[in-house]
Amino acid sequence: MNRYPLWKYIIIAIALVFGFVYTLPNFFGESPAVQVSSAKVTIKVDENARARVEDALKAASITHNGMQLDFNGVKTRFADTDTQLKAKDVLEKTFNPDSSDPQYVVALNLLTSSPQWLTSLHALPMYLGLDLRGGVHFLLQVDMKGALTKKLDSTSADLRTAMRDKNLRHGGVGREGERLVVRFRDAETRNKARDIIADNQPDLIIADQGEGTDLKLVATLKPEAQKKIGEFALKQNITTLHNRINELGVAEPVIQQQGSDRIVVQLPGVQDTAKAKDILGRTATLEIRMVDDTAGALDAAMAGNPPFGTEVYSERGGQPLLVKKQVVLTGDRLTDAQPGFDNQTNEAAVHLTLDSAGARIFKDITRDNVGKRMAILLIEKGKGEVVTAPVIRTEIAGGRVQISGRMSTMEANDTALLLRAGSLAAPMDIIEERTIGPSLGAENIKKGFQSTMWGFVAIAVFMILYYQVFGVISVIALASNLLLLVALLSLLQATLTLPGIAAIALTLGMAIDANVLINERIREELRSGMPPQGAISEGYERAFGTILDSNITTLIAGLALLIFGSGPIRGFAVVHCLGILTSIFSSVVVSRGLVNLIYGRQKKLTKVAIGQIWKPGNTTAKSTVNGKK
Amino acid sequence: MEFFRIQKDIPFMRHALKFNIISLVTFLLAVVFLFTKGLHLSVEFTGGTLIEVHYQQAADLEKIRGSLGKAGFNDYAVQNFGSSQDVMIRLPLKADQKSAQIGESVMASLNAEAPGAELRRVEFVGPQVGKELAENGAMALLLVIIGIVIYLAFRFEWRFSVSAIIANLHDVIIILGFFAFFQWEFSLSVLAAVLAVLGYSVNESVVVFDRVRETFKKVRGLTTPQVLDHAITSTISRTIITHGSTQLMVLSMLIFGGETLYYFSLALTIGILFGIYSSVLVASPLVMWLGVSREQFISKTKVIEGANEDGAVV
Repeated sequence: MNRYPLWKYIIIAIALVFGFVYTLPNFFGESPAVQVSSAKVTIKVDENARARVEDALKAASITHNGMQLDFNGVKTRFADTDTQLKAKDVLEKTFNPDSSDPQYVVALNLLTSSPQWLTSLHALPMYLGLDLRGGVHFLLQVDMKGALTKKLDSTSADLRTAMRDKNLRHGGVGREGERLVVRFRDAETRNKARDIIADNQPDLIIADQGEGTDLKLVATLKPEAQKKIGEFALKQNITTLHNRINELGVAEPVIQQQGSDRIVVQLPGVQDTAKAKDILGRTATLEIRMVDDTAGALDAAMAGNPPFGTEVYSERGGQPLLVKKQVVLTGDRLTDAQPGFDNQTNEAAVHLTLDSAGARIFKDITRDNVGKRMAILLIEKGKGEVVTAPVIRTEIAGGRVQISGRMSTMEANDTALLLRAGSLAAPMDIIEERTIGPSLGAENIKKGFQSTMWGFVAIAVFMILYYQVFGVISVIALASNLLLLVALLSLLQATLTLPGIAAIALTLGMAIDANVLINERIREELRSGMPPQGAISEGYERAFGTILDSNITTLIAGLALLIFGSGPIRGFAVVHCLGILTSIFSSVVVSRGLVNLIYGRQKKLTKVAIGQIWKPGNTTAKSTVNGKK
Repeated sequence: MEFFRIQKDIPFMRHALKFNIISLVTFLLAVVFLFTKGLHLSVEFTGGTLIEVHYQQAADLEKIRGSLGKAGFNDYAVQNFGSSQDVMIRLPLKADQKSAQIGESVMASLNAEAPGAELRRVEFVGPQVGKELAENGAMALLLVIIGIVIYLAFRFEWRFSVSAIIANLHDVIIILGFFAFFQWEFSLSVLAAVLAVLGYSVNESVVVFDRVRETFKKVRGLTTPQVLDHAITSTISRTIITHGSTQLMVLSMLIFGGETLYYFSLALTIGILFGIYSSVLVASPLVMWLGVSREQFISKTKVIEGANEDGAVV
């Protein structure tokens, strides 16, 4: 009765091998590496970059221990930190010849030293949380109201333009809180205006108010439009943050949306919070200026003698461009930039939307400068870069601008992104900040590891003394539980934090309960006179219901933590819940498999080593058990 | 080796009233402490700034306080954290101060007056985050309670689920009472420990209840207190060993886990100790007083009309 069919043994074996393979990477430690990734949206790190890294290192005769290219960039491994630092300098010089204008991020990183075959199985070490590796964590609150106000302000300007175009006399357009109010003298004008507004601004809900000569139209944003604006603002802020954080040279920054209006920024390894905050909070500006294409002027400028009122900027491709100092328009007037296609030619294009004041200026400028080029510059930290410099074909009115021609879809996307990324769509506040020094992180790992280890040892010693062979089996089951748990965490690439380690320890401490239940139950059956084989089978059978019940109640608590927990608690909850699942498997299936393997084949089993069984009324103690007596 | 050599069922239920009075008194004391002293909530809940610095030599707390005072901070708390070289500085939330600069300005003033400080950790929590955490914590607690009550009611009977949850909530209150009385810091990880304890000690009650149900089904002619005594006695060895094992692990965390895991494991320790007590000696009497009886467990399909108690049709 205590035999498992072969397939059950195979399942156990597969599970254990799986556990072993995916736990393995955690033991190889990490080796120093240098990561080269793109600092700009427009620059892609590809095979060419990889070859450049290879060549640069060869030229400087630095040997490396392997190189890989992934979506993060080119990562190169080195034997020690000295070589790593040397290589970083070399690569920094190769990839960023002009240090004031970095094109690439060259950052120090740590990569797992596990062999290639493990990595190709997607067996990676657990991802360590900030409290274990050190770094900065920010939680930013996006001011959605700010984004809405901004949108309403630009809408009110649009309304004014729209009504002026149709020669409608209104008594003023204004924003009152979260609504726009347009005043009118008579009902007829109001009716006309209502139609115009409804046509122009499909996102508005319009209602009539007031009477007599003080008539009003009150417009509010539709809820779905508000939602869209919010989502858009959040997305844009994340993009902007990405661009800025690239400058910090962080190997693996985490920038994620949390909830509907928050952004988490985690910068592992960064200690300089002041600089990080400065960069997060900085604003970039967009400027539209005219290009000076006078023959010979550019050459003169390159020779260090620019014509009066102009300066040289470089285009994204790297070619210099002579741009007038006078700013035609600033980015404040730009309300949106989206990639798209030209209606007629179907070429890739970027669609810009200007607010009404911007549109008026733009109309004047384009009328006067047909055939000339204008430059859109992104100015950040006092340095500018020409995003694009299109030729003006005709006068453009209405504030809807399209840039097209000689652009791939990809370039259109990038340009639109750059145009938007200049500024934050909505203001942000830091509402939570955590900085953990690297030494503290290392200490936390050590402490967490030690407490788990000594706790495990203590439990193992006790179990083996108390339950003998069954104790050994229980300990093996517990160890396989640990193995499976760590393997699962590694496979899911869950972030391991100190509370997570505590949860591993606690889960192990609780998981032993199942084996204690089983062992006690077997002893009890033996005590009541059942033969050993029957007692084992009965013990497992009867204990299972209890194990299930008790684990489910624990799981309920774990799930509640998972749902409502945040930050460190979440890490605790994830490990706790996974641990409960693996513990049911290992304490019931794995330990039963072992017991069956040891005892199941013996037909005439008279003794099992489960420690001493004392029977009421039987005063002499025995070291092992006799089933039938 | 065997620890428990129990000849007869121990008459736990004879002393049920005493156990419950002890429990009630502890519970009331905990409530009193919670109300009079209150919990010493961590920065995570209250909002504010927490800075941990490390000195090569023993830190001079007076100097640090002085430097903070000079820099214009008030309501700060400076204390050692784990060792004499580690110092924890807590600053309350201020409406006018921008979060971003606090950390730097503290470090600047420390470097001026008490140099040699190495920044180990900064935590800043804004007011809305703290409030949310407290709300989420309460919601989690509520969800655990409802979940467990429903599960146990479905798996056993409402009497069991009600007794289990009363017994275990009383554990939670007692843990909180300890934290209030000693003014230990109540942080997010302590909250996690409290919820874990809730799930954990309910499973203790489950083990006993399982046995109660089994005994009711298998053995006839026992009174309810006798059944409960038997169930507790036959599981007591498992109870002690399991909790002992878990406690070994928690003890290891208490010793090796450092300051961060200290209160977490402390909460677990209290929870485990009171968990045994309450789930065995409080939950079981409650079940008895709620009127559990054998009839609730024998399946009703077997009852044939006209059958007497022994099931035979006359």
